[in-house]
Amino acid sequence: MTTLSSTGHPALAGLLPELEVVRKDFPILERTLANGQALVYLDSANTSQKPQVVIDAMVDHLEHHNANIARAMHQLGAESTEAFEGARDKVAAFLGAPSRDEVIFTKNATEALNLVASTLAWKGPRQVGEGDEIVITEMEHHSNIVPWQLLTERTGATLRWFGLTEGGQLDLSDVDTLITERTKVVSFTWVSNMLGTINPVAAITRRAHEVGAIVVVDASQAAPQLPIDLAAMAPEERPDVVVFTGHKVVGPTGIGVLWGRAGLLAELPPFLGGGEMIETVRMERSTYAPIPHKFEAGTPPIVEAVGLGAAVDYLRHLGLDAVRDHEHAITAYALDGLATVPGLRVLGPLDATERGGAISFEVDGVHPHDIAQVLDSRGVAVRAGHHCAKPAHARFGVQSTTRMSSYLYTTPAEIDALVEALEYTRSYFKLD
Amino acid sequence: MSELDALYQEIILDHYKNPHHAGLRDPFEAEVHHVNPTCGDEVTLRVHVADGHVEDVSYDAVGCSISQASASVMADLVIGKPVDEAMAIHENFLTLMQGKGQVEPDEDVLEDGIAFAGVAKFPARVKCALLSWIAWKDATAQSLEAQS
Ligand SMILES: Cc1ncc(COP(=O)(O)O)c(C=O)c1O
Repeated sequence: MTTLSSTGHPALAGLLPELEVVRKDFPILERTLANGQALVYLDSANTSQKPQVVIDAMVDHLEHHNANIARAMHQLGAESTEAFEGARDKVAAFLGAPSRDEVIFTKNATEALNLVASTLAWKGPRQVGEGDEIVITEMEHHSNIVPWQLLTERTGATLRWFGLTEGGQLDLSDVDTLITERTKVVSFTWVSNMLGTINPVAAITRRAHEVGAIVVVDASQAAPQLPIDLAAMAPEERPDVVVFTGHKVVGPTGIGVLWGRAGLLAELPPFLGGGEMIETVRMERSTYAPIPHKFEAGTPPIVEAVGLGAAVDYLRHLGLDAVRDHEHAITAYALDGLATVPGLRVLGPLDATERGGAISFEVDGVHPHDIAQVLDSRGVAVRAGHHCAKPAHARFGVQSTTRMSSYLYTTPAEIDALVEALEYTRSYFKLD
Repeated sequence: MSELDALYQEIILDHYKNPHHAGLRDPFEAEVHHVNPTCGDEVTLRVHVADGHVEDVSYDAVGCSISQASASVMADLVIGKPVDEAMAIHENFLTLMQGKGQVEPDEDVLEDGIAFAGVAKFPARVKCALLSWIAWKDATAQSLEAQS
């Protein structure tokens, strides 16, 4: 909802209250670039910036509490373990996880997806084999495509996928021929990192559960901007696995999260073997620790977990409803602004209510690389390329796009700067 | 000149708008397809070598202005040259691109190619400028092999 102010410039409803104060939490936003230019960071779908509390939590841990976890019989070890397990509690609260033991720390979302896809190839009650089918979608990030290709190549199972409509939605018209009793896994993204589309998680999950399939949801782009409450979902509509990556939720790199239904995690064989994931080891064979440790072999990313805990607490403190409303307001404003640039075409839903904050577009006559380069010369940071979603680009007959992605710290003035810089790009390449 | 203008020299934009020797032609001994995996720029490139000379280079490229213009300039430079000399030009261009902006380009050797000197200051774009050159070297090596 927008109202017009006296200048005719829309005053946006839905922005985070005290946006300027929130921005001060992010030290990097104050820095300048070459030639003293202000930073206009519109690449948050790639990675988000970090608030001071996250940086401080990590520094404090390293300065005062550093020790290995679980295996150090001293005070520092106890403190470090408490901080690490405390981070798990915070992530569990962030997701509304039915149980904190269902939260597994991984290296990133990619590793979490590989954990599931790999262990499903191995001996166990859920082992995938010939005649089985895995269903994904054409809008997935490569990290939710390639692991399933590896799984089907290793097991002789068949990979199938939902196509996309012209408007950038999943084409669900053939859901009943795609999701059948042969389907063992349905894996899809909650929010597309290229098209911005928000997918109907509940409806697809319900359908997949009717045929007994496991549902894996890639929440890498959803967790930063949508409230998630797993416990509040109806069990038949609740995915079996939800993954996200720390660095997109204002946390550090090097850590990701796999939430999995306890029953499923018990059925999957361990992923990596090593320290921490065992119950006992003999030379002939070992027995394994219960979850979450069963899937956390070796020394985990301890300080990264501490940072992630601080990050999700920061988001919860702002309120995910407020973050979502902010993203929505900025996205609507950006779609309006982009529509004024001649020759610009947005790929994906044009209605802000149906999408997240990543907007990919083309501009007639200028290649995305060249756009990003000129924007960068004006301090505007965006991404150009295929955004690790080559099949989705191919679907729309394009090789690459330019993508702007906002976040909770993005201001309408930054969107204005983007639009102006795009005008400048057009004139730089003499398109008028 | 701003760094941006140093990157997007008129010569580059001219080659981008009107690429020389573009399109795939016969005859050829080798055809290669090279991709820049980070951004998805692609080139399909054919080389025809005869009597130790680069008789023709033809290509179909999709990508940014730098990668397109680079293919055009490269074809201009190597077509008609003895293979050895063309390889030496390739080396010279490679040195310029890997020089982080510290290498003075040699106009006698690189002709329009000197316009790419500004690209060397943008590490992310060096790959764009080199895509077709590396494809050419690969295809030429294959052409020579096919003939021996
Ligand atoms: C939708 C989606 N899935 C998965 C990933 C992979 O995240 P990571 O590279 O941190 O594993 C990303 C981010 O790049 C993403 O946007």
